[in-house]
Amino acid sequence: MTANSSSRRRLAASAALVVAALVGTAACGGGGKDESDGKGKAPGFNAAVGKIANPSDKKGGTIKFIGTQDSDSWDPQRGYYGFMWDFARYYTRQLITFKPVPGTESTELVADMATDTGQVSADKKTYTFKLKDGLAWEDGKPITSKDIKYGIERIWAQDKISGGPIYLQQVLDPKKEYKGPYKDKSADKLGLKAIETPDDKTIVFKLPKPNGDFLQMLAMPAATPVRQDKDTVEKYGLKPFSNGPYKIDSYTPNKGMELSRNPHWKKETDTVRKALPDKVSLKLITNADDMDNRLIEGAYDVDINATGISPAGRTKALRDHKANVDNPQTGFIRYAVFPQTVKPMDNVHCRKAVIYGSDHKSLQTARGGPMAGGDIATNMLPPSIKGSDAKYDPYNVLKDTEGNVAKAKEELKACGKPNGFETTIAVRNNKPQEIATAESMQASLGKIGIKVQIDQYDGAQTSGIIGAPKNVDKKNYGIIIMGWGADFPTGQGFLQPLVDSRFILDSGNNNFSMMKDKSIDGLFDKALLETDPDKAAEYYKQINEKVSEHAVYLPFTFEKNVIWRSSRLTNVYTADSYNGRYDYASLGVK
Amino acid sequence: MTAPLHDTNAAQTAAVDVAADVPAKAIEGRSPWKIAWVRLKRDKVALAGGVVVLFLILVAVFAPLIVSAFGHPPNDFHEDKIDPLFGTPIGSFGGMSSDFLLGVEPVNGRDVFSRLVYGARISLLVAFLAALFAVALGTVFGIIAGYFGGWVDAAISRVMDVLLAFPQLLFIIALVSVLPNSLWGFSGSGVRIGALIVVIGFFGWPYVGRIVRGQTLSLREREYVEAARSLGAGRAYILFKELLPNLVAPITVYTTLMIPTNVLSEAALSFLGAGVKPPTASWGQMLSKAKEYYEADPMFMIAPGVAIFVTVLAFNLFGDGVRDALDPKGSR
Repeated sequence: MTANSSSRRRLAASAALVVAALVGTAACGGGGKDESDGKGKAPGFNAAVGKIANPSDKKGGTIKFIGTQDSDSWDPQRGYYGFMWDFARYYTRQLITFKPVPGTESTELVADMATDTGQVSADKKTYTFKLKDGLAWEDGKPITSKDIKYGIERIWAQDKISGGPIYLQQVLDPKKEYKGPYKDKSADKLGLKAIETPDDKTIVFKLPKPNGDFLQMLAMPAATPVRQDKDTVEKYGLKPFSNGPYKIDSYTPNKGMELSRNPHWKKETDTVRKALPDKVSLKLITNADDMDNRLIEGAYDVDINATGISPAGRTKALRDHKANVDNPQTGFIRYAVFPQTVKPMDNVHCRKAVIYGSDHKSLQTARGGPMAGGDIATNMLPPSIKGSDAKYDPYNVLKDTEGNVAKAKEELKACGKPNGFETTIAVRNNKPQEIATAESMQASLGKIGIKVQIDQYDGAQTSGIIGAPKNVDKKNYGIIIMGWGADFPTGQGFLQPLVDSRFILDSGNNNFSMMKDKSIDGLFDKALLETDPDKAAEYYKQINEKVSEHAVYLPFTFEKNVIWRSSRLTNVYTADSYNGRYDYASLGVK
Repeated sequence: MTAPLHDTNAAQTAAVDVAADVPAKAIEGRSPWKIAWVRLKRDKVALAGGVVVLFLILVAVFAPLIVSAFGHPPNDFHEDKIDPLFGTPIGSFGGMSSDFLLGVEPVNGRDVFSRLVYGARISLLVAFLAALFAVALGTVFGIIAGYFGGWVDAAISRVMDVLLAFPQLLFIIALVSVLPNSLWGFSGSGVRIGALIVVIGFFGWPYVGRIVRGQTLSLREREYVEAARSLGAGRAYILFKELLPNLVAPITVYTTLMIPTNVLSEAALSFLGAGVKPPTASWGQMLSKAKEYYEADPMFMIAPGVAIFVTVLAFNLFGDGVRDALDPKGSR
């Protein structure tokens, strides 16, 4: 116990040195200006939002993606991450796909492998497509309608092909009668009755019930053809067989991917993909700050994940390289929701009191401010979706940006709790911005007597904690903080899981508000019968207004992202169809 | 330290009585504690550590007074001090000014000085109570194991081995996630603070237990213990009147050295999100938040970092001094 006395002191002294050194480096880190922002001059802040930055048709070069998160799978039927859907256009083609244009117009659908966007029967239950001529796989063999059917059938094999969106299964075979191609007894493994392939160039979809968004589902990578002899089942995601302009040369999970031109892809069959670079490379690392630094240095072109530059890099990018930054809408809404089964949130006045009592400006700052967070949200339909109206502001949040204490107190009285009440906020423990919004609500609601406890739960357990209504009641979660983006950009894709009573689940629920309104359910049914997006939008507008009247949501922001665009990128624009990411298939390099 | 302490104390009181009329410079009997105090006073480094420790305790105790004089309420937002575009404080050095002595927190603009002062309460409360809990358990079990030996010793020693090998960090993270919001009349942060104290203390006692057991093993063979035993003293008497007073020195030393470890444990757990609940301020939590902004706002990381560093260093230096002072065989 005695001999180590001096060594202990020495340890303390060296610890002091280490701290001093750390402090020193941290202090330097903030200021240093870096002049080398990729090669050449950048076209300006937001140059790729709503318009095309550096338009060009020059071919050649290698576009270099970097990221910190690998895809859940590169198997077209299994990938669910938004960036995968965007990137998948390099090596997959579908019957139809999103229009390659900037902004909101990108959510419109155009023909890809099909000759048009489909012939719909009068009862809206049958969709017929004809394939273009000259479509080929990466080995030169022609793509047939049977390949498309087989690819879609793989979704049914959820025991092996898990993780991807299952909309096509729900719409084509809601009773799950078909068991998937691997359990298919027929010789050609094409036993799914809802899809017919009368010849190699024709494919017919027969829906048991009409769904106005069926084409949206066909535009997902999940509708990509897969050739039976190339199907490696669970391992297909390691090397998907390409029918797009590039083929995968190598892929190592969590390390990276290399793609080169597919010689059998013909430009004249493809009106969507520019296919400018000769090679596409993807590098995956683990440290987000490191990634931001490499992007700013110009060593890479785009962050494939495009979840936004982290705070340190953001400050540097916006101060010194603003011309390389874009700030698009992501189509997400960040919000607080009030489960109506938890007292006193069963009372609409108590819910309104929380909405009026919250400081919307402070919530916006907590989300990252007007640029990294987004605009203050007025209602529950984001601007990228038809039927939205950002001017519809029933709670006057744009005027009373810091809340309306007088009104909040009025509502508290009407609720029978003039002195406030106690409740609990449930928030994911791995999302610093969500915790910041919870703290903001705690502070501002405290001023009107609403005492709030913050319960930080394991963010990986969402479906069992806030997604289980029983648990929500048990834990007394009067406020849940979450975010939501649509799988496909329509009112159905965005709002239905959130507010349709038929979507309430015992686990994995997203209708956290426990909204049970027959008139809302009825409006969804009407909207789904519409194949005209503009007519359907009218219904979604009505649903949105009804949701606001129920006062079960407090939307924080229409989310925006701060993303980096290297100076050598050409043909850059952000697409609402891909949550404000750049349209990867259009990109080229100088 | 060969004789039981209370005997010397008695002798010393007698000596003082006798020496009452003699001039002050006269020879007086000095107790081991007095000797230790003289040694400690000579150790300037340890004394400095002690002063800092005392200062920190005062800061923690009088936090509300200090904050009302020099700061703002720790949970109040001051978003007017934040650049909304970056979420970082306006002004240099994290928004330091005469109004905000250590600047403001990014995003919400809470007063860093106030939060640091209030954070001292959590850190020290958890560290002290966890150390006391560990020492209490460790002393009782250590002394029992050492004195009785045999299967009692074997059983307690194995339990200590198991606890020393237990992954306590993972355990408390798991525990916190299943902890209810209110428990035994506590709610919110109270439950978390209680859990931190109990768990840090519970996993800390074997360290004390081992030392106490070892010391007891050697002490129980001493003549004075045998004398007590042959005079018919009961077990409890021997344990707590004969043995325990002689264990006070190592226990004191270990307690002072355990507190800084506990400060670090609390900071680590708060950093990992298993600490107190928001909006309660704690140093570990501040650090955890600061890691997001360390490049844009280094000041916010430096403040709690230095606080933890100074606290741990002060306690360690002080603990070292106490040990050297109490241990006559010290090599300094």
